Amino acid sequence: MNQKKQNSSGAVPIMDGEAIHRALRRIAHEIIERNPQLEKIVIAGIPSRGVEIARRIAAFIHEIEKIDIETGVIDVAMHRDDVGTRPELPVVRASKLPLPLEGCTVIIVDDVLYTGRTIRAAMDAINSFGRPARIQLAALVDRGHRELPIRPDYVGKNLPTAAAEKIRVQLEQTDGEPDAVYLEKE
Amino acid sequence: MTTRWTRKDLLGLRELSADEINFILETADAFKQVGTREIKKVPALRGKTLVNFFVEPSTRTRTSFELAALRLSADVINISATSSSLTKGETLKDTARNLEALHADILVLRHSSAGAPQFLANRLRASVINAGDGAHEHPTQALLDLYTIREKREKIAGLHVAIIGDILFSRVARSNIFGLLKLGARVTLVGPSTLVPCEFEKLGVEVSHKIENVLPSADVVNLLRIQHERQRREYFPGIGEYIRLFGLTKERAKLLKPDCLIMHPGPINRGVEIDSDVADGVQSVILDQVTNGLAVRMAVLYLCGGIAT
Repeated sequence: MNQKKQNSSGAVPIMDGEAIHRALRRIAHEIIERNPQLEKIVIAGIPSRGVEIARRIAAFIHEIEKIDIETGVIDVAMHRDDVGTRPELPVVRASKLPLPLEGCTVIIVDDVLYTGRTIRAAMDAINSFGRPARIQLAALVDRGHRELPIRPDYVGKNLPTAAAEKIRVQLEQTDGEPDAVYLEKE
Repeated sequence: MTTRWTRKDLLGLRELSADEINFILETADAFKQVGTREIKKVPALRGKTLVNFFVEPSTRTRTSFELAALRLSADVINISATSSSLTKGETLKDTARNLEALHADILVLRHSSAGAPQFLANRLRASVINAGDGAHEHPTQALLDLYTIREKREKIAGLHVAIIGDILFSRVARSNIFGLLKLGARVTLVGPSTLVPCEFEKLGVEVSHKIENVLPSADVVNLLRIQHERQRREYFPGIGEYIRLFGLTKERAKLLKPDCLIMHPGPINRGVEIDSDVADGVQSVILDQVTNGLAVRMAVLYLCGGIAT
């Protein structure tokens, strides 16, 4: 990671499997530190990689504290504000959240935090299920360029980027490739 | 799932691929769950206008489309045959062009003439959804039937589905036949030879005129309403004889497998195509069909209405 070498496809490796593992374990520790009532938290991922990251964070918390953490899925497609303006419709999936949410802390998990619009849609989706006590946000990579007043509570890696660059996260379970994060230039 | 939805209109199941049908059913899974939320509304079609244009009377299909549109945050206008300018001699095309001039985005059309939705789909920028055209197709009814079967039995391929009753005049039967065959079911049509002519075998289904021969092997029986308003005397000997030969009575229901699903698109004629006790029995999924109809129509409106035009 110290040396950002560009490979033939123009992708710079940012995190390898070991770095992702350490980042998510640190996030698990931070969640434990910030939330004394662990039985009241729900870790909910945004499909598809956010769901896998949420599962891993919950597994780390279980490993550390020996407590089962509720997990969930938040589908944001039907809460987006750009339906009809994109050439391709986002595929909608069912959300799964343990109910009722009243009194719970919902931690939204996504792979890359960028404009914040997906997170706004996720918060709207959560509110349609009920009124949690608080909502927190975890992201594996925060690449900046926010368009809304949203900030993450837990970040795996802060990575300043140019708007033209792309972040590609690949996870074994969702992409069939070894865990890694790449920075791609257009 | 790599299928992409590219159609602005839903006119029938005949022109859809099995992948497209499955894609609608999977999208409906997501929308079904919206009905269980505390706030049963999502902003997916916010700012879009839907016109429910029902030139033929209907309560449940119109209500279902209206509620589906409201749950997607679209604005809805209802126009019925009697309240429209069609009664003043305006043509269908002119009425539709006027609706488009009001910037309607989605037109849900029920019409007594087969092909009316296709006619408008070719001429309008708005999405056109067929809510039943003559004796041609009623795609959303068939989709909710497929959805209900898939939900209860997990798969459709390999199941034996009996469609019983007035097939000749039924757009529900036609759309069901296309959908079921594409998804790999075996379909048997049952009814008097006047209402179930053997011509239907050309579509790839079996035809039987004796209900007792079909019930024991059926995984699903779909009973169609006897459409009194469409019946002409020469096709139909009389209600009494129909019940005696084809009605799903309590005695006949005993021939069914214990896990056979009993479906009906509604409205039910209790005591005609189905006995009251059977309609309310444990095998009946008639009310599930109504609930699922909402999810399926939300999926169709989202897919057709959400496409950038």
